[in-house]
Amino acid sequence: MWYLCVFYHRLLEYRKPEFESLAGLFGAFAGTTTGSLEWRLPEDQHPDSPFHFVNIPSEEIARNIASRSILVKGIYELWGEGQTFEELEEAIKSYPDERKLPYLTPDSTFKITVESFGKVISFHEQNNRLQKLAFIPFKGRVNLKNPDHKFFLMDNDDYGSENGLPPIVQRRIFFGREIGAADRKILQTYQLKSRKYLGPTAMDAEMAFLMANQAQVRTGKLVYDPFVGTGSILIAAAHFGAMTMGADIDIRVVRDGRGPDCNVWSNFKQYGLPMPLSLLRADNNLPPWRSGLKEVFDAIICDPPYGVRAGGRKSGGRKLLKGVVAPYTVPDDKRTGHIPSTAPYSLVECVHDLLELAARMLVPGGRLVYFYPVLRENESGDPNFPEHPCFELIASCEQILSYRYSRVLLTMIKIAPYTEDIAEAARIRHSEFKENHLKWLEDGNLHSAVFEPAEIQINGSGDAKFGTKPKYRGKYV
Amino acid sequence: MRLLTHNMLSSNIKGVTNGFPLLIEVEKVVEKQVDFNEDFLRNMFAKIEWKALVEASRTMGYTELPENSESSMLNSDEFLRKFHHALLELHLEEGALVCPETGRKFPVNKGIPNMLLHEDEV
Repeated sequence: MWYLCVFYHRLLEYRKPEFESLAGLFGAFAGTTTGSLEWRLPEDQHPDSPFHFVNIPSEEIARNIASRSILVKGIYELWGEGQTFEELEEAIKSYPDERKLPYLTPDSTFKITVESFGKVISFHEQNNRLQKLAFIPFKGRVNLKNPDHKFFLMDNDDYGSENGLPPIVQRRIFFGREIGAADRKILQTYQLKSRKYLGPTAMDAEMAFLMANQAQVRTGKLVYDPFVGTGSILIAAAHFGAMTMGADIDIRVVRDGRGPDCNVWSNFKQYGLPMPLSLLRADNNLPPWRSGLKEVFDAIICDPPYGVRAGGRKSGGRKLLKGVVAPYTVPDDKRTGHIPSTAPYSLVECVHDLLELAARMLVPGGRLVYFYPVLRENESGDPNFPEHPCFELIASCEQILSYRYSRVLLTMIKIAPYTEDIAEAARIRHSEFKENHLKWLEDGNLHSAVFEPAEIQINGSGDAKFGTKPKYRGKYV
Repeated sequence: MRLLTHNMLSSNIKGVTNGFPLLIEVEKVVEKQVDFNEDFLRNMFAKIEWKALVEASRTMGYTELPENSESSMLNSDEFLRKFHHALLELHLEEGALVCPETGRKFPVNKGIPNMLLHEDEV
């Protein structure tokens, strides 16, 4: 059945992938081979409009999707739509009675909310619009606090053009019954500013929950984050009932934090979440998993270090890999308590290792969800996202971080088993990376591309690129 | 560190061919309650190296696990409880994991195993 889905006007590219991941989680694709839903844009709507029609097998699935989602404002059974109130009335009147009357009975309570996208409307105006619905035979009593049925009268009218919202072609009015809505209160509960232990790259709560939704996290699943840091991603996974495991190469973060009451464990305790099953210090470049171990994690979710705000490290010795010092042996009497030197870890190698790890350790059909940075200069062509024979990329959602670069949330599904051939190719690649350590570091250096000062152009038109504020900001929201 | 983690880890020092299972040097063991999740245990059972789990739990002072196991045992609630306890509730808080081949010690402090290799071990 077709439903009206209204999104929050945020993270535009994340909205449909989140919706479809949750649809999969709640069984919308059971018995089919597709992994995507049918979408339809209402008449006269900009593609970035919050209003969309979507075909979902059942009301129960729709309700489940809405209440678990972060970006769905609501899913509605549409009773009517139109350019004008006359058209709307016509449409509602011709909507079948057997769909309407069960929700208008005398023993039920109801509430009608009047909203206009991108605009605040006065109480007076709200009342005016409500009056126009008087033809609907509401028999129940009004209950504003806890109604049985919630109805919404929504439209998007002309709201001016300088507010960063998608341009309006023509007004459209919708009236429908709410099936379900997102619970964004969890974002308040988990907001970073009230979290005890934070690092410089802690994932903000909204994004962490979106990542967990992309990974289809649910009760009893095992989720791993190889760059766990302060645990901000695993916290979202644990909220949805997952068992969590995390590793980091920085022992101060995973073991010590800022003291006994301010560390990764205390973050989980703060929210009353079950503790991670395991935290360990390990190098993603040389993971310590035993050789026979495979297909254990249901999802791997992470934010790899891309060398802009934080750089990755791997074992092997900083000077050693650079070739500045000859190979040495740590003297026996110094081995206990020896602090190994670590070398910078290029993004290319880091992502390669991540895909290998995921290919081996994810269960069939398991999901790998991670951020990948892209420079925005080459916006023209499609960026080349990492590929792997075991994986299919099902979603890439961009979030613009600065004028220079953005990060893309990639969602990959494991579609093929990890074979000995693939493992062998990975071993060869691993030693190539080691031999050409310096080259890879220079090639993939995002830091300089992001922080290099802009060339100042003195001729009049030079700063046009930076100067004017775009009328419609699109993906910036 | 729970024994689940122990069951997944090995010594990956260069040249070591049989780094599993790591021996456990116990300084301090604590028990922490974990919610019982039957589905998770059933799932994990197939992935666990049973012998290593039995040995590890004995080193930690828990001797209730049967020497051998088979999947039919998952029907017994008593077995599941014991499995749950050994796998998830026993923690090595302080101690070390020892490479069975080289004797290299990977320290475990505050429950966190430090698996990072020295420069000459990679």
